[in-house]
Amino acid sequence: MEEEWTPKITLFCCNWCSYAGSDDAGVGRKQQPPSTRTIRVMCSGRTDPGFVLTALMEGSDAVLFTGCHIGDCHYISGNYKAKKRFEMLKEILDEIGLEDERLQLQWISASEGSEFAEYIRKVTEEIKAIGPSPLRQEWMK
Amino acid sequence: MEKVGSVLVVGGGVGGIQASLDLADSGYKVYLIEHRPSIGGGMAQLDKTFPTCDCSLCIESPKLVESSRHPNISVLGYTELLSVDGESGNFIAKIKKKTRHVDINICTGCGACAQKCVVKKIPSEFDEGIGERKAIYIPFSQAVPNKATIDIDHCRIFAQNKICKVCQKACTAGAIDFDLKDEYEDLNVGAILFATGAVPYDPSELKQYLPDHPDVLTAMQYERLMCANGPTIGHVKRFSDGEEPKRIAFIQCVGSRNPKIGIEYCSAVCCNYATKESIITKEHNMDTDISIFYMDYRACGKGFEEFYKRGQDDYGINYVRSRVAEVYESDGNLTIKYEDLAEARVKEEQFDMVILSVGLSQSKETQELITSIGVDLNRFGNVATTIDHPVETNVNGIFVCGTAQGPKDIPETVAQSSGAAGKIGSLLSESRNTLTTKKELPPEKDVLGLEPRIGVFVCHCGINIGGIVDIPGVVEYVKTIPNVVYATEVPYACSDDGNKQIFDKIHELDLSRVVMAACTPRTHEPLFHATCAEAGLNPFLFEFANIREHCSWIHMNEKEKATEKAKEIVRMSIAKARLLEPLGRGEIPVNQKALVIGAGISGMSAALDLAAGGFPVYLVERTGELGGLLKDITSLPNGEDPKQIVGETIKRVEENKLITVYPNSEVSDVSGSVGNFKAKVISPEKEEEIDFGIAIIATGGEAFKPEGYYGYDGKRVITQFELEKIIDKVEANTIVMIQCVGAREEAPRTYCSKICCTEAVKNAIRIKKQKPKTDIFILYKDIRTYGTNEVLYTKAREAGVIFVRYDDERKPVVNEYVDVYDEFIGENIKIKPDLVVLSTPMVPNDDNAEVGKMFKVPLAPTKFFFEAHVKLRPVDFATDGVYLCGLAHGPKPIDECIAQASAAAGRASIPLAAGKVIAEAIVASPDEERCVGCAICEDKCAYLAVTIEDGKAVVNKAMCKGCGTCVTACPTGAMEQLHFKNNQILAQVKHAFAW
Repeated sequence: MEEEWTPKITLFCCNWCSYAGSDDAGVGRKQQPPSTRTIRVMCSGRTDPGFVLTALMEGSDAVLFTGCHIGDCHYISGNYKAKKRFEMLKEILDEIGLEDERLQLQWISASEGSEFAEYIRKVTEEIKAIGPSPLRQEWMK
Repeated sequence: MEKVGSVLVVGGGVGGIQASLDLADSGYKVYLIEHRPSIGGGMAQLDKTFPTCDCSLCIESPKLVESSRHPNISVLGYTELLSVDGESGNFIAKIKKKTRHVDINICTGCGACAQKCVVKKIPSEFDEGIGERKAIYIPFSQAVPNKATIDIDHCRIFAQNKICKVCQKACTAGAIDFDLKDEYEDLNVGAILFATGAVPYDPSELKQYLPDHPDVLTAMQYERLMCANGPTIGHVKRFSDGEEPKRIAFIQCVGSRNPKIGIEYCSAVCCNYATKESIITKEHNMDTDISIFYMDYRACGKGFEEFYKRGQDDYGINYVRSRVAEVYESDGNLTIKYEDLAEARVKEEQFDMVILSVGLSQSKETQELITSIGVDLNRFGNVATTIDHPVETNVNGIFVCGTAQGPKDIPETVAQSSGAAGKIGSLLSESRNTLTTKKELPPEKDVLGLEPRIGVFVCHCGINIGGIVDIPGVVEYVKTIPNVVYATEVPYACSDDGNKQIFDKIHELDLSRVVMAACTPRTHEPLFHATCAEAGLNPFLFEFANIREHCSWIHMNEKEKATEKAKEIVRMSIAKARLLEPLGRGEIPVNQKALVIGAGISGMSAALDLAAGGFPVYLVERTGELGGLLKDITSLPNGEDPKQIVGETIKRVEENKLITVYPNSEVSDVSGSVGNFKAKVISPEKEEEIDFGIAIIATGGEAFKPEGYYGYDGKRVITQFELEKIIDKVEANTIVMIQCVGAREEAPRTYCSKICCTEAVKNAIRIKKQKPKTDIFILYKDIRTYGTNEVLYTKAREAGVIFVRYDDERKPVVNEYVDVYDEFIGENIKIKPDLVVLSTPMVPNDDNAEVGKMFKVPLAPTKFFFEAHVKLRPVDFATDGVYLCGLAHGPKPIDECIAQASAAAGRASIPLAAGKVIAEAIVASPDEERCVGCAICEDKCAYLAVTIEDGKAVVNKAMCKGCGTCVTACPTGAMEQLHFKNNQILAQVKHAFAW
């Protein structure tokens, strides 16, 4: 029998909130599917649209923007800027017809380990439901 | 005799931690002792903080870690102070380090012992008894020190004399030693700070509230219940049946404002935390019905009134002004019987859960310890201080901060802590830097332009990683990756052995990059950075791969996939490591002179503290006189003489050779940044250019003139502030005072002015004392004599002052008579006063906007200045080198102004004493060739660190915080974030998966 397919999800975490929330999930042994690869940035405001598009073209089935909750940004307002960039990317990806689930934004605080794990489980299921990214397949042709 | 350049801080809550960091940063060796196993205090237990609902541990945890890693702070958990000998400048403090039966030099905090321990279901102190722990335990996951402790009252070996040793077997590091004994030590210190905090009031004697019922919790227990790292991982449910409560009641003033149980004071925080807990509950489930039963709602603090309003308007919290008689159980439900004060009748209502908003009290042990050392307590059982010396005890060289000194919230605690640290810094300034250590490092090896030689260390972390991930498999895989010249497995990379191995291999194999596959960089990166630096490798050539928190611990049942993922995580880190560049941490020299704007009591106090630390101060005052508002105040709530305080302070300022006073002057043309400011001081006579390293804004405020309110004319209808000046000459048989005139209304005066209620009762008592026959009516919305001012409210009522409540729908009408609805008798009453006194709020200075613009610091919507962080940085601005204190920050009484002034001076002393500031290494760095000067980066920077000069972006490294937001915004790729460069992150992206 063929092994169950695990999606490849690139996860951008800010150093102060969502990376710490992901750590907290680990400390609490909150089990998650092994679908994510984390890239730590200091602030979600550093998540460059270029990184996101590269990840998708390299074959990520989804890319997640995560950071501090609005109002909690360690750098005052970096997460607002992340949100704007996310929305801009969303428009581009909509335009080319990529499914909505493949680019997501989630605010996670440093103490929300349970929420973090729950979110990763949820996203993984969503991506499993829609299958591998068509971008990867297009690219390989 | 020379003073000793070290300080003992007793108590590791947020106050003690802040003071320790400030002291250590300003050149003193600090011993921070905490009797509990870990530091963090009550703040670590909170879910969120009011009024911003910030996650409490998220904002406190970086401070815990910073203090534990500071080279000049010894964090001694599980340690008690026994006695103190000696005198100011040279104390001997005897301490007892209680044994944990765990060797803290070996314990890695992995928690394997607690997982295996068979003694379960011990009520967890950290969870306030509603959660459980084992007999060997680490209180919470981010605990500092992160070390296990054996509770000998429950351990099978100690309590039951059994042979067990399960934990010892589980500990592969070999840290557990049942024979370890308590250790005693004498510390020689120059000063002592009591930051011993307070404890939540234990309501067990108040049987009328059913404190033992499983669905009646204290607010602190409820805080744990809501918290994601609490016993129910944040699910609010009843302990009786596990159901989610639909109706929750908060009962206020449990263990506060209750002379019957010997607690006269108001605890000052409970109203606001009740609203916070209600809002969070509502955010969990908007359908939950919440009622808060309160007597007077006391939103006395910056942003609290607005928070209260949000609770009412946005969250629909039901605030019931009442007195609760009892709580009783019927049919599994809880019924609250109370007197509804608005309708003056007794009612009953059913709830699923009842939260007791318990006050802050002092533990007997702490009080006994403090008094045994000769430090006086006041009648409330807190450390006694005076208005003009809010952080100094009766014993020279012994200081106090936080709730040990009286009930208060976190920002006030933090301000006092920085204030006490500042005072201690000035006291011991001759011995600054005498006991601090600084590591000498070897020269760094050259790596630029050379082919990377990468060493990879894969940590087993006992069985934490090695039990899941196939470590030898990872090592073999890593060896196949280009540029990896060495890969090995280590049992515990963070141990001394592990670090020695890294050190040796850097030398032996001439490694130019190190990758550590282990736990999280958030806790361990600084340790390995230090090891690399000691081996002559620039620390920024080190990269972490988190295969524990992000892999082995979350894929415990998928060993193969976990191993596969671990390989990829390490490969990503190697890809980044290959491209890493050494970074330098530039030093910016600091001009050791200070500017203080405003010479009221706050500005003068700050100037004096700075001068006491040896720093020259320019003190600029807009008016012709020193003393600000305080010189017009004629009495103080506790009976101290304001004239004497202000008079002595002015005299000390005028006599101080280090302080240059500029009366009738204003500051203009400010330029520069932290360390190197320039400005002009302009007076009608002259214009002078000054240079300074830091600035303190103490521009004060003024009393609101209530033109158009209640027929204000300055004669028969005057303000409370005007009454203050003429109070000894008042000829009136009947006086009506009206509270909240022009406050707690529409923007910008949405706030509660904090001091007016105390001011009104103080003046009423004073008049009653002079002429007992005078009839005095105080018309109020809530009487907000918060904290220990509560006793004045009691005293005023005893003196016969009549309090009549009004609300916004039925405001009093002032003509010849004052007409007001009295809810107690249920009808309007008419009073014919000779004098009407309007209590008006403090309002910000009209030139705040201008001052703010000059120093690039923001104002809040109320037009008071907006600090860097409402909770933890109350006197700092986000802009480095500029500080804030007193009324410029918001309305507050004199002792709080003085504490903030000391705090601002103390914080400012850190760069001044060091003579330099260390620039961030991870900063934005523009490439001049590619920059087109579009200024998008300038617009994106929240710290004003980027400017366009001669058509090119320039980053001020002293101001850049390294978030990288401008880098992402740069359309030409000219801006880079060091250590997170575009090519470095892209390399990670491309190596993320085995495609």
